[in-house]
Amino acid sequence: MFDMDQWHEIWQTITRNKVRSFFTAFGVFWGILMLTLLLGAGNGLEKGMLSNIEGFATNSCFIYTDQTSVNYQGFRKGRRWDMHNSDIEVLRANIPEIKYLAPLLFGSRSENNTVRGEKAGTFSTRGCYPDYAKIEEQKILYGRYINEVDVQESRKVCFIGKNVYEALFQPLEDPIGQIIRSNGIYYRIIGVGSGLSNIQIGGRSDDMVVLPFTTMQRTYNQGDIVHFLAATAQDDVEAGFIEDEIKTILKKRNNIAPEDERAVGSFNIADQFKTFGYLFLGIRILIWIVGTGTLLAGAIGVSNIMLVSVKERTKEIGIRRAIGAKPTNIVGQILKESLVITSIAGFVGLSLGVGILAFFDYMIQNLPTEEGIFLKNIMIDFDVAITASLLLIVLGLLAGLLPAWRAMQIKPIEALSEE
Amino acid sequence: MDIDAGEYVSIMGASGSGKSTMLNILGILDDYDEGQYVLDGKRIQHLSETQSAAYRNKMIGFIFQSFNLIPFKNALENVALPLFYKGITRKRRNQMAMDYLDRLGLKEWWHHYPNELSGGQKQRIAIARALITKPSIILADEPTGALDSTTTEEVMQLLTEVNNMGITTIIVTHEQSVAEKTKRIIHLRDGIIESDIRKHHENL
Repeated sequence: MFDMDQWHEIWQTITRNKVRSFFTAFGVFWGILMLTLLLGAGNGLEKGMLSNIEGFATNSCFIYTDQTSVNYQGFRKGRRWDMHNSDIEVLRANIPEIKYLAPLLFGSRSENNTVRGEKAGTFSTRGCYPDYAKIEEQKILYGRYINEVDVQESRKVCFIGKNVYEALFQPLEDPIGQIIRSNGIYYRIIGVGSGLSNIQIGGRSDDMVVLPFTTMQRTYNQGDIVHFLAATAQDDVEAGFIEDEIKTILKKRNNIAPEDERAVGSFNIADQFKTFGYLFLGIRILIWIVGTGTLLAGAIGVSNIMLVSVKERTKEIGIRRAIGAKPTNIVGQILKESLVITSIAGFVGLSLGVGILAFFDYMIQNLPTEEGIFLKNIMIDFDVAITASLLLIVLGLLAGLLPAWRAMQIKPIEALSEE
Repeated sequence: MDIDAGEYVSIMGASGSGKSTMLNILGILDDYDEGQYVLDGKRIQHLSETQSAAYRNKMIGFIFQSFNLIPFKNALENVALPLFYKGITRKRRNQMAMDYLDRLGLKEWWHHYPNELSGGQKQRIAIARALITKPSIILADEPTGALDSTTTEEVMQLLTEVNNMGITTIIVTHEQSVAEKTKRIIHLRDGIIESDIRKHHENL
């Protein structure tokens, strides 16, 4: 099968008929190039999107209060209600499937509410538990996040977002221990950080002044009210499960009808995440359909041009037959020609595609801004490249089949009498 | 009709007389319905394409009016091609082809492509290609049809030499002057042998 001499013969036939070979090859070249670029771009889009939610516990759900919509136990519908500290303790005690539970409080935001000396900025405040940093991960730039002691002792300290730091400090100035005023009250800075993900809960954490939860409750006169609840499920439990459990317990403790759909609002990152997954699966399927379609069109082009070429080469084939080529020699030759052309065209297309992707990847990585990047790692996987290559070889053989059969039908006598 | 090994025969006849058909049958390029064709003691009829290809490769060398060289191969490669289908290595193939080109006085033209060569040169290359497999029969279909009289002379000279090597040589032609060079002339008319003249004077 592998006879250098035969390949030499085929190589000669291909290279000495450059124009014909080029046009035959072009379809496949283009097809594989498109497939590579599409797959790379799709990959980049997916990785880019995933990097947005990186650093966010995706197995999480969020709970907030709303007006009731059902009359229950003497309460009229339309009642407003609040979650309380006691609810949190009960949830913690009764739902072991919860990994992290972080009650949140949101503060008011007004023009230039955050001040340090001459500098001021407009930023939101939020009261957090230490666990919250495990749900929305922070890249710590200075100091540390809120800890248990801060919460227990209701310390007047704060953890500020990157943008707050930039607005209130000179670049590279050490903020730790500095005092800022937020909504009229003074806090000592214990740390600066930046959210890893681009998911926002009540605003970007980079634009946030984070206070210990209990400090926030006191200074804002919130009593023991909780505005918002973030919870992460244990690794083997779905977020949807704890979401339902939490809602059930909250309803029971706050005189809300079990069938009331509106009173306890919630959303579930895992569900959104799943939708995301389906979206990318869809994109990937679409890319493969379009890509292989283009490739198939290329292969049909190869087949078509080779058919014409066989017709054109009737005489050559006749001569070969007259001087002793067996039909199998001719079939083998046409098949191998097709194989060689598609393979070379394919590998050139693949290499060029990878080259273009690498170029764009390089460009994007060197973009000055970190924000708004929705493409990342624009590249195809190695196994995808292997799959595409195998696909090419199969396509090459298939493309050669019909022309080879045609060539086999050529009778030397007819071919030679054709002047 | 019998043709013995080593004979030098020409087949003549007007167009449509069946001489090309006869040559095709002799060359196992075509099959036939009636009669029988025995080549080297073997009956040749209804052979598979593979078998006939093997016979052609082994026993028969073809020379055509229009040369039928492969345009994208140079002289050497054209001559060497039949050996490729015999499974002979390239190095040996090219050696032998060069040898034959040398014998036909075309050694320095080996790297030229057919369209760079004259008709006489092309036909000589075709003869080299026909000879390279050391066939027992050379079948020439109007070998001089596309050549002027000087080169016709040369080519016939060559074919006579080929016959002198002991190879049965059969030429189809309608030129009397060409037929004169051979030792036996068969006339065909309407597919029937009209006359079969042997020349007995050996010293031509």
